Amino acid sequence: MKQVKAKIVSNEQVAPRYYKMRLADRYLADNLKPGQFIEVRCSDGSDPLLRRPFGPHRIFSAKGVFEMLYEVVGRATTALSNKKAGEELDIIGPLGNGFTMAKHAIIVGGGIGIAPLLALAEKMGGGKKSALQVVIGARTKEAILCEKDFKRLGAKVIVMTDDGSYGKKGFTTDALKTLLQTPNSQLLTIYACGPRQMMQAVAELSKEYHVKCQLLLEEYMACGVGVCLGCPVKVRKDLVDHEYKMVCKDGPVFDAERIVW
Amino acid sequence: MKPDTSVKIGRLKLKNPVMVASGTFGEEYRELADIRSLGAVVAKTITLKARSGNRPPRLVETPSGMLNSIGLENKGLDFFVKETLPALTRFKAPVIASISGDSEDEFAALARALQKRKGLSALELNLSCPNVKHGSSEGLIAQDAEATGKIVSEVRRATQLPLIAKLSPNVTDITRIAVAAQDAGADAITLINTLFGMSVDIETRRPRLGNVHGGLSGPAIKPVALKIVWDAHKKVKIPIIGAGGIMGHKDAIEFILCGASAVQVGTANFVDPRSAVGAIEGIKEYLVKNKIKSVSQLVGRLET
Repeated sequence: MKQVKAKIVSNEQVAPRYYKMRLADRYLADNLKPGQFIEVRCSDGSDPLLRRPFGPHRIFSAKGVFEMLYEVVGRATTALSNKKAGEELDIIGPLGNGFTMAKHAIIVGGGIGIAPLLALAEKMGGGKKSALQVVIGARTKEAILCEKDFKRLGAKVIVMTDDGSYGKKGFTTDALKTLLQTPNSQLLTIYACGPRQMMQAVAELSKEYHVKCQLLLEEYMACGVGVCLGCPVKVRKDLVDHEYKMVCKDGPVFDAERIVW
Repeated sequence: MKPDTSVKIGRLKLKNPVMVASGTFGEEYRELADIRSLGAVVAKTITLKARSGNRPPRLVETPSGMLNSIGLENKGLDFFVKETLPALTRFKAPVIASISGDSEDEFAALARALQKRKGLSALELNLSCPNVKHGSSEGLIAQDAEATGKIVSEVRRATQLPLIAKLSPNVTDITRIAVAAQDAGADAITLINTLFGMSVDIETRRPRLGNVHGGLSGPAIKPVALKIVWDAHKKVKIPIIGAGGIMGHKDAIEFILCGASAVQVGTANFVDPRSAVGAIEGIKEYLVKNKIKSVSQLVGRLET
């Protein structure tokens, strides 16, 4: 974990509300793992005040660069979208724990939740590319991200939209259910990131089909390192009791079966 | 000229006046901030038994500030003594334990248990957490001069450690509470804890905090905190530790001029873990530039 000034290589709009930023920092590019996150100071002033967490979207260790794909939703991400190539960003990272790699994976991403899962797919890469199955979902066509990137990896990609404007009409979990109904699906591991309702539905499917499932959770954060205790998630402690774990320090990746919804 | 940054908080001598506030800093920051150079580290508030804290969401950002409703989540006294304290004291900066409880007995029991702990320099009594109720009463201990005095004097009897009472801004007249703490034997008071606050999502028509309301901190509360420090400074003789929205040395010096002998940096640690260390450097430069020999000469020297 370090606090660095990373140089912005590029910051481009890729869809109406989505931006992709490429950052150069040797230390972060070398040390970031898929599923981990960084805390970014989006403005120098006091409004927005706190850092914002982002998961790396792509990591190019050899080139010393990495990318973030982000949605402009509020003051901090608006400020971020106005940053220009050549400027520096104050970043703390890597933070949290990344994904545990499995051989046979289904990736499920809802909305901007797909962004950090590309880093995972690229890391898995290797010779078994065609084994990777990916479900990408969003409300509408304009919010479907990364389809080409996953296809380039040789993954089998299913696109779902709530309004049917692109791909199939329905939720990511509709497609996931179909994939889990195939023989030997219990050998798979699901990796999911997206809106809370989607992740809960994915967790329930993974339980129903006895499939391992890792969820990348999101929560409002202040410190990002486990000091402020501001980003709790309720998990099972044992058969009876529940406890709070911190998304920043104990996560942000959690086994779905541990989470109490 | 090398300026003298040391300050005395009662019997507690600090190499500089900048501490980090309770609940905003821990050894988790060891790779990011030079803990050694801090005036003191106030640890996260502990209670006798572990507390699980409030339901999420516990945080929301507001204009130039943040609301929190952590709810004093902590692992209790035993864990603090075995794990937290040794982890913090190895950096050689003075460590101040922050304690809270539902009764005088609980405060006193904590004080007794911490009395002879190696590396512990003082106790801060958290009488003002806005996210917990005390006893059967709806309000905060620090909203009640009598309750404040009772707890401070109970703890005073239980320990020889320097005692700091952390008080609430959510009161009509801070001087009544501050004087009560002083008269009961507090060595110093910390002003201020967070202000009560709320934030509402108009789409869901729900509060943004799981606990409905929480405590406001950050730059937004600095003017309120300065006024409270100034008011208390005119009435109490014991040192005041100023806190509330301090982001750097300029804010810290404002508090010192209003009567604070030392300061605590809180929310700013989340924004930049080096904020407190930066404030120390900035204060030194200010003293040199203005040819002031000692930071203590600035305390309460607001020209009015």
